[in-house]
Amino acid sequence: MSDESKAIPEIFTANRSRRQFLAISGSAGLVAFLAACGVSSGGSSSASGGSGGGKGNIRALFMKQAGYSEENIHAMTAAFQKANPGITVVADFVSYEALHDKTVAAAPAGTYDVVLIDVIWPAEFGLKKIVSDVSSRWPSSWKEQMLGGAVATPMYDGKFYGVPWILDTKYFFYNKAHLTKANIDPAQLDTWDGVMKAARSLKSSGVTKYPLIWSWQQAEALICDYTQLLGAFGGQFLDASGAPAFNQAGGVAALEFMHQSIVDGLSNPASTQSLEEDVRHVFSAGQASMALNWTYMYGLANDPKESQISGNVEVLQTPAGPTGRPGVNGSMALALAAESKNQDAAWQYITYLTSQPVQNQYALSSLPVWKTSYDDPAVVKTNPAVVPQAKKELGDLILRPQVENYNAMSQVLQAEIQKALLGQKSAQKALDDAASKASALLKP
Amino acid sequence: MSIAAERRTKRRLGGTGGGKGEGRFALALLLPAGIVVFGVVLYPVLRTLVISFFNVNSPMPGSYPFVGLSNYTKVFNDSTFYSVLGHTMYFTLVSTFAELSLGIAVALLLNSPLKFRWFWRSLVVLPWALPTIVNGALWRWIYNSQYGALNGLLDSLGISHTAHQWLGSPLLALNMVILADVWKNTSIVVFFILAGLQTIPEDLYEAARIDGSGAWQTFRRITLPLLAPSIAVVLVLRTIEAFKVFDIIYVMTGGGPASGTQTVAFYTYLQAFSNQLFGYGAALAYLIVLAVFALSTLYLRILKQGQMAGVE
Repeated sequence: MSDESKAIPEIFTANRSRRQFLAISGSAGLVAFLAACGVSSGGSSSASGGSGGGKGNIRALFMKQAGYSEENIHAMTAAFQKANPGITVVADFVSYEALHDKTVAAAPAGTYDVVLIDVIWPAEFGLKKIVSDVSSRWPSSWKEQMLGGAVATPMYDGKFYGVPWILDTKYFFYNKAHLTKANIDPAQLDTWDGVMKAARSLKSSGVTKYPLIWSWQQAEALICDYTQLLGAFGGQFLDASGAPAFNQAGGVAALEFMHQSIVDGLSNPASTQSLEEDVRHVFSAGQASMALNWTYMYGLANDPKESQISGNVEVLQTPAGPTGRPGVNGSMALALAAESKNQDAAWQYITYLTSQPVQNQYALSSLPVWKTSYDDPAVVKTNPAVVPQAKKELGDLILRPQVENYNAMSQVLQAEIQKALLGQKSAQKALDDAASKASALLKP
Repeated sequence: MSIAAERRTKRRLGGTGGGKGEGRFALALLLPAGIVVFGVVLYPVLRTLVISFFNVNSPMPGSYPFVGLSNYTKVFNDSTFYSVLGHTMYFTLVSTFAELSLGIAVALLLNSPLKFRWFWRSLVVLPWALPTIVNGALWRWIYNSQYGALNGLLDSLGISHTAHQWLGSPLLALNMVILADVWKNTSIVVFFILAGLQTIPEDLYEAARIDGSGAWQTFRRITLPLLAPSIAVVLVLRTIEAFKVFDIIYVMTGGGPASGTQTVAFYTYLQAFSNQLFGYGAALAYLIVLAVFALSTLYLRILKQGQMAGVE
């Protein structure tokens, strides 16, 4: 027997003081505790939610910015509870920036039954079983009745992880009084070249110091604006093999366009610190003449309580670039949390909120996902300016990459795009660096 | 009875002064607090340590592979980590130095015979009473280039009519966040130092005056050495807090522009929650703990040496 093997039993056999004994047993207890709470042993990977009885209390998580307002959602919920007296709904609201992380943090505890998910999350949430696969609950008729961009929103790998609810893309808004003052024909805003020409006129005539405002803060909002320009300049995020392709011609041209607009003093430098709400505030204060934003800005920028330029706001389809005018798919869906113990009641709530009559009623805040709504005079009357533009733009939407590590890839891209916007790197170098980092993240 | 035998008897009785029942009663009283401390402090701390050895990439229960120390080695091979560590060190050093210097100056002022001293002392505590999230939102508005109060003030005073982008470039944004942090946290430094100042006997100052020492000499020879314990406490506290900075960054800049205000804690949060790399996030969190522990130990050693040198 070796010396080492002899030494081990001596720890237990030798005469030890009480303090030594406590230290040894404490250490052994700690080791046992750590082993017992090892993450490789507990639980199962399948969701442990339950269908419930179609009645009871449910809790839903929404965002409090673009799309339906908090008041809209409370009103919809009150109407749902009136129609379904056995179900009580508690609605919580967080900013878009907190929505993903709150959903993730609350998932294991099953805090929420219904969660609002962005179009970029079905791959991540579906694969990690944070939300339920609801393909079996999805009526096949919906695929025909909903617009293509809406159907794609909660879908990953042929499965549905929710029901589309907010169908949105970025539209081009302008202040018609400003354009009149600078003698600009709005037809000029049909292309990005025309927009830049108009911006130069607005600046030189002193109407606005910075005619354009964008949401280019280091956040997902930046990627949404970049996506829209990437499409207009003929770029793509990933190639057919799934490798980053945004550092090729169209992607680089889009970023050079963005940077040049800052250098020329046409885009407000505050854009790099702005989110969509900042864009709305600056535009509504008359400090910018043109802006790209979601549908919701039209209603609020024309509301005298919220805006100093109400009555002067016009909306257009996104301007065309050299290769077209696709819009970013900025849609969102309502999903069933995988750990929900009351999935039947939650599903009833989801189908109510996404139903055509409810969506038609609140079309001013967010346009319906249903095709026939766009021919409904009541819907057109609710939002007569946006609906005709939406009919054109919603047929051509670009999806951001549907990959499990989208968030990490997006963070890399946001940081590098900002470096190019701030002039720290050339557009090509920034996108090459982003592509190099993103490649590592996209490896299976 | 020998001393050893007496001790044995006392131990058997459950302590030196009370009976076995009294010991059990004390244990019963301590148990609820012990359970709470274990549940909300010890268990999460140990659980995080365990998670740091696994490749946990989802919040859901499941089987995740054991990866040993690879999450820790990955940290040291991550170029972004060094960049955010640099921002964190800068934030910690500058904010702690500024808060301490300002805090000592304000405390000395508030310790002098001022009119309405109680009012000034109450006023100083206000920023500290503000939640950090509110403070962050407040300063974000103040710095807004379009409608912020800072540009408005500079404009109305005729100092500058430019719409300065206070949060528009990485280094400037980091410094502006530091300013917001200093505004809030100098208060707590003032109160620690003020408490320390009130323990210094007045006769020492009288003696110094009689010996003809000037204000600076009195401060350097009497006030500063006697304030050393208070400075040590506040230095350790502020260093730890500054190194862990997260909420003010989250609210004011979201880590931008160009990741220029991302700190280690913010990066840890992004990795753990936004990217769902919980194992990697846990390893980063433990490295923060180790760094804070090392910094605190270093400070305390330096101050102890300083005190001993002062005594000699």
